[in-house]
Amino acid sequence: MIILIFAEQRQGHRHGAVTQLFTAAQAISADAEIHVALLGHQLNPVAAELQKYPAAKIYGVDHAELELYRPQPYVQALDAVLKQSKPHLVLLPASFMGRDLAPRLAARTGAALATDCIAFTPQGDSLIVTRPVYAGKATAQLKLAADRLKICSVRPNTFAAAAPTSGNSAVEKITVNFDAATLRLKNNQWASTSSGVKDVTEADIVVSGGRSLKNADNFKILYELAAVLDAAVGASRAACDAGYQPHSRQVGLTGKTVTPKLYLAFGIDGAIQHLAGMRGSKCIVAINTKKEAPIYNVADYGCVADLFTMAPLLKSEFQNLLGK
Amino acid sequence: MRILTIVKQVPDSNATIKIAASGTAIETAGLKLVMNPFDEFAVEQAIQLREKGQPVEEIVALTIGDDKAAEILRTALAMGADRALHVCDPTLLSHDEVYLAEILALAIQKQPQPFDLILTGKQAIDMDAGEIGPALAEFLNRPHVGAVVGLEISGKQLKARRRVEGAEEYMEVELPALLTCEKGLCEPRYPSLPNLMKAKKKPLDTLKAADLPGVEKISRRSELVAMQPPAARKGCKFVEGEPAQMAKELVRLLREEAKVV
Ligand SMILES: Cc1cc2nc3c(=O)[nH]c(=O)nc-3n(C[C@H](O)[C@H](O)[C@H](O)COP(=O)(O)OP(=O)(O)OC[C@H]3O[C@@H](n4cnc5c(N)ncnc54)[C@H](O)[C@@H]3O)c2cc1C
Ligand SMILES: Nc1ncnc2c1ncn2[C@@H]1O[C@H](COP(=O)(O)O)[C@@H](O)[C@H]1O
Repeated sequence: MIILIFAEQRQGHRHGAVTQLFTAAQAISADAEIHVALLGHQLNPVAAELQKYPAAKIYGVDHAELELYRPQPYVQALDAVLKQSKPHLVLLPASFMGRDLAPRLAARTGAALATDCIAFTPQGDSLIVTRPVYAGKATAQLKLAADRLKICSVRPNTFAAAAPTSGNSAVEKITVNFDAATLRLKNNQWASTSSGVKDVTEADIVVSGGRSLKNADNFKILYELAAVLDAAVGASRAACDAGYQPHSRQVGLTGKTVTPKLYLAFGIDGAIQHLAGMRGSKCIVAINTKKEAPIYNVADYGCVADLFTMAPLLKSEFQNLLGK
Repeated sequence: MRILTIVKQVPDSNATIKIAASGTAIETAGLKLVMNPFDEFAVEQAIQLREKGQPVEEIVALTIGDDKAAEILRTALAMGADRALHVCDPTLLSHDEVYLAEILALAIQKQPQPFDLILTGKQAIDMDAGEIGPALAEFLNRPHVGAVVGLEISGKQLKARRRVEGAEEYMEVELPALLTCEKGLCEPRYPSLPNLMKAKKKPLDTLKAADLPGVEKISRRSELVAMQPPAARKGCKFVEGEPAQMAKELVRLLREEAKVV
């Protein structure tokens, strides 16, 4: 079986979930032949990093039109890679880009598609995938048709990152002539909103606060803790709606979905719409004065205590532990 | 400008989800059904474009769904859409979103006039797929911008701002285009009682498979074979003691037991 991994990169930074896709591919089929698709512009540094991972082939499409992400040229370029690689299965990160690109690729190629997968069971030539539905209140198993290409985006942090090996496969360059009609949409600018702090979807640890932080200033105690842990800061909708944090940090049904190794919830009640965005986290810690708060139903560890007392204490404990 | 908004009926986000005895569906008895929240942004955005003086000739709402799904088309009409289309045929229901997108594309192409702007939600909060918007754009061979949080239109020129990991992207395109709507784009209105009454008189057409020649050639690529409750978490371990002791113990547990720091 040939599995093609979409090695998402932006501005020369590989998406953190890409190396996890190698582990997913090996879990699906131990003797899978792994191919990699790398799209963008001026890709040499990213390509050099990728060459350390166990791929039989790396296909690169390096073109000025691919500098910033746009769905149509990307889907055309990825389709060109597919024609060379002839995979049975394409894996992408379930990131904004992966989730934007995969449906177009499926529509274009007639493939069967599943989004945000967390487990895979091959069954003959078909593939059974498991994915969370109803905001994590249930899981569904989908059977992807045997006689078709299969495309799956994989939920970040479901599989461990593969370790680099001594592999050194050459990059095969593919040339694509883009149809003018697919270049109508312009991506004028990619502007960071993170002002130096990590985004909630990218961090291994997320420190989140709720309405109970009372104002924007008080979030400082969470930022200080996050700095020690190299974590991102998140917030409930109530905290974002009140203006304590920008909406780009909202976690939940109408915010972002996060699946970090560790999610620390400070003064967050655990409304079902908040759980929707974070219940897939590996380990959940809740700090809430109310023992009945629903957040404790999904938490692994709980401290029934005041967040304003706990956050600075935890900061110094972690500082001691991590030697910072 | 002619605008199409594509909407789905889903269980309210507060609903408790129980798996039905069949093991492939959820219990629907007593379930509160609403318009998918991201689709409310789509309908609201269309109406606001008209209210803010864009030359909007027509706003149409379209769904594929069972008989009950007509309710959300009435909601869209009450919010301000002009007419609605309901693809309502048991043979066309599926959990394969790419299949549904192909049917939607066919239904759209059968309309007497094309749409300059198609608005969908970012994702439906039942299956959480987020597939139909981009797939539909591909079937219709038109550009799309996903997860739009800001929109400006002047003449045929459209500017959309979209949210991605740690950044925003500023996209620009000449119509026609398709956008998937994300929270932050606008605040959906509640339809007023008089508007709910008026909505009953607006046209709502039902389409069966027979009204969509060619639909029989579209095939399903995937099938839902089982549903389960989520894997149970192991339960919460409460750390006890004075705050300082709690902090120490919690950090120890995270290092030694959970091994996450
Ligand atoms: C369609 C829809 C979509 C939604 N989408 C989202 C979403 O994406 N994300 C989201 O988060 N919400 C979302 N919500 C809102 C959600 O229902 C809740 O209203 C919201 O999550 C509550 O935020 P909160 O927990 O910060 O506030 P509250 O509910 O006010 O909870 C505050 C908590 O802090 C605790 N507390 C108070 N003081 C302290 C203290 N000193 N120390 C420790 N604990 C303290 C309290 O015990 C309480 O549990 C959505 C709602 C709807 C209807
Ligand atoms: N059955 C349906 N009928 C019409 N539109 C739909 C349907 N399902 C989903 N959509 C639209 O596609 C968007 C994305 O849905 P999904 O791909 O199912 O997550 C939704 O927000 C709706 O705008």
